[in-house]
Amino acid sequence: MDNGSREVWVFIEHHSGRPADVSLELLTKGRKLAEKLRGPLKGILIGHEVDAVAKEAFRFGADELLVVEHPDLRDYRTLPYSRILCELVEERQPRVILYGATFIGRDLAPRIASNSASGLTADCTDLQIGDVTWKKQQYQDLLLQIRPAFGGNIVATIITPDAKVQMATVREGVMEMVPLEAPCDGKITKILYEPKAADQLVRIVERHREEKRSNLKGASIVVAGGYGVGSKKTFDMLRELAAVIGAEIAGSRAAVDAGFISREQQVGQTGLTVRPKLYIACGISGAIQHVAGMQDANRIIAINSDPDAPIFDVCHYGIVGDVASVISIFTETYKKKLK
Amino acid sequence: MACNSIVMVKQVPDTSNISGEVMRPDGTVNRAKLPAVFNPDDKVALELALELRDRFGGKVTAITMGPAKAGELLRECLYMGADEVYLITDRNFGGADTLATSYTLSKAIEKLGSYDLIFAGRQAIDGDTAQVGPQTAEKLHIPQITYAEKIIDLKAGKILVKRRIDGGYEILESSLPLLITVLKEAATPRPFKARRLMSLKKARTRLELEKEASSPEELEKLIADYASKGLYIPTWSREDLGIELERCGIEGSPTKVHKVESVVLSSEGHEQIPPTAEGIGNLLDSLIGEHFFG
Repeated sequence: MDNGSREVWVFIEHHSGRPADVSLELLTKGRKLAEKLRGPLKGILIGHEVDAVAKEAFRFGADELLVVEHPDLRDYRTLPYSRILCELVEERQPRVILYGATFIGRDLAPRIASNSASGLTADCTDLQIGDVTWKKQQYQDLLLQIRPAFGGNIVATIITPDAKVQMATVREGVMEMVPLEAPCDGKITKILYEPKAADQLVRIVERHREEKRSNLKGASIVVAGGYGVGSKKTFDMLRELAAVIGAEIAGSRAAVDAGFISREQQVGQTGLTVRPKLYIACGISGAIQHVAGMQDANRIIAINSDPDAPIFDVCHYGIVGDVASVISIFTETYKKKLK
Repeated sequence: MACNSIVMVKQVPDTSNISGEVMRPDGTVNRAKLPAVFNPDDKVALELALELRDRFGGKVTAITMGPAKAGELLRECLYMGADEVYLITDRNFGGADTLATSYTLSKAIEKLGSYDLIFAGRQAIDGDTAQVGPQTAEKLHIPQITYAEKIIDLKAGKILVKRRIDGGYEILESSLPLLITVLKEAATPRPFKARRLMSLKKARTRLELEKEASSPEELEKLIADYASKGLYIPTWSREDLGIELERCGIEGSPTKVHKVESVVLSSEGHEQIPPTAEGIGNLLDSLIGEHFFG
């Protein structure tokens, strides 16, 4: 059900007058999708005093910004934001909308999808535009929403052939962030905000937020542990190794679920994507969900007691052995080399 | 004030037990081949609803959309302390994505009538989309608070909730009705109560009683019999909810799996390093030589 539109929209999230990295990453990706669709790339910017954010959005390729500005909209709240976006979608019918898979994006996007009966695919690891034959029908220029599928080393391409608007969320760090070589100011279209009673049903009493301190995303060496690390005690050995070699510590989802490490340090499809020089994967089996978040590392060392673990298929150096004893040797040997 | 809650729960395949054989060629999961468990976040959602009821009074109703097997999940809700449970089931509900699921659940909630709060887990471990909660709230035209980590207070028709945001938290005050999705950390689910387990383990859904009945008349008799003992789990079909065929199940799902590829990891081969001081020492020497450290 092609709605005839060729517009790609990116919901621009911002904090303290700065756009979120993920929104700039989505603009970078959105440029390519819009080019393929031969349509404009538009940013949706809701907030208050957002001039600096708008400037950045243009620098990363937005052709036009739909700006909804009002003091009541300074901080994200589900109801006014979702109502505004639902109305814009209804009225202007874009073809594609991309959201960061953040606390805000994941709160907002499902409401828009529900309201407009659109498909929505969470945590995509790639997005493309392509022609598809589905149930013997030809569809042109569909959004191909690519993400690892549940279980096994499988990647699925999701399409929403009969939806007017196609939507996806993407985690921070998954897409590259590249500004335009020759930035030019795009067009700003101001949209009037008319407050409604329902917008005030939920009130922010208090908000506490700190800019993320995690150095994991830009780390040059990452030591990561999985469920196979076995215990918190052994995980502490990984922390020691990380401290000794100047690395950041991370974990797979299974390690997070097991309580070895905090969720903020999870690498993989539902966590962070990292691109370090060196990635040391300890007791990580190598499910595609994890590999999606670390496969771009320059060099990968895998340590696992199971010689058939799939992680050995992506690594450059494989060490088959007990994680605790290998890590202990690794740390001690490195210390000796330092002397 | 009494607080009536509806909790949306889901039975999910135990994703810690996935193997290749459970995937169908179309990329959907053959759930029959996996052990089914109570979605962990949903169990926390039920616990929060029960705690509110214990503090303020009211009623907790658990609902699930699922196949016959989900009767077990609803019995577990009863064992924990849910006052009422409902199975939403129909062969036409199969293959539903989050949009079709939220539509079906919203129709069931409308049929249940009035409520103060709807609870759901943050997300289900089989899809991790975290979409059904907000999509249901939108369909019901009510506000939502996602990622709740604590309910601070409830009084005079207002609820105070602490929720997680990127890099921090916020405390929100909302009017009722409201839909809340909860984080795993929000509560520790209580164990089953032995007395409830003994008295409610015979509770049955319509689908389960169908297997015991040899005729429609006998089925109606069985249902009446179980209901009189408080052991019938109300079971609603597509027709009971007045749901159009094209808005539920695979028909009502805009997202389609176009193709599924096995990822052949770039098995160019890797260098085997022996797990010894010498082997690792040599590896470190070459990495140090290439300036990987420092």
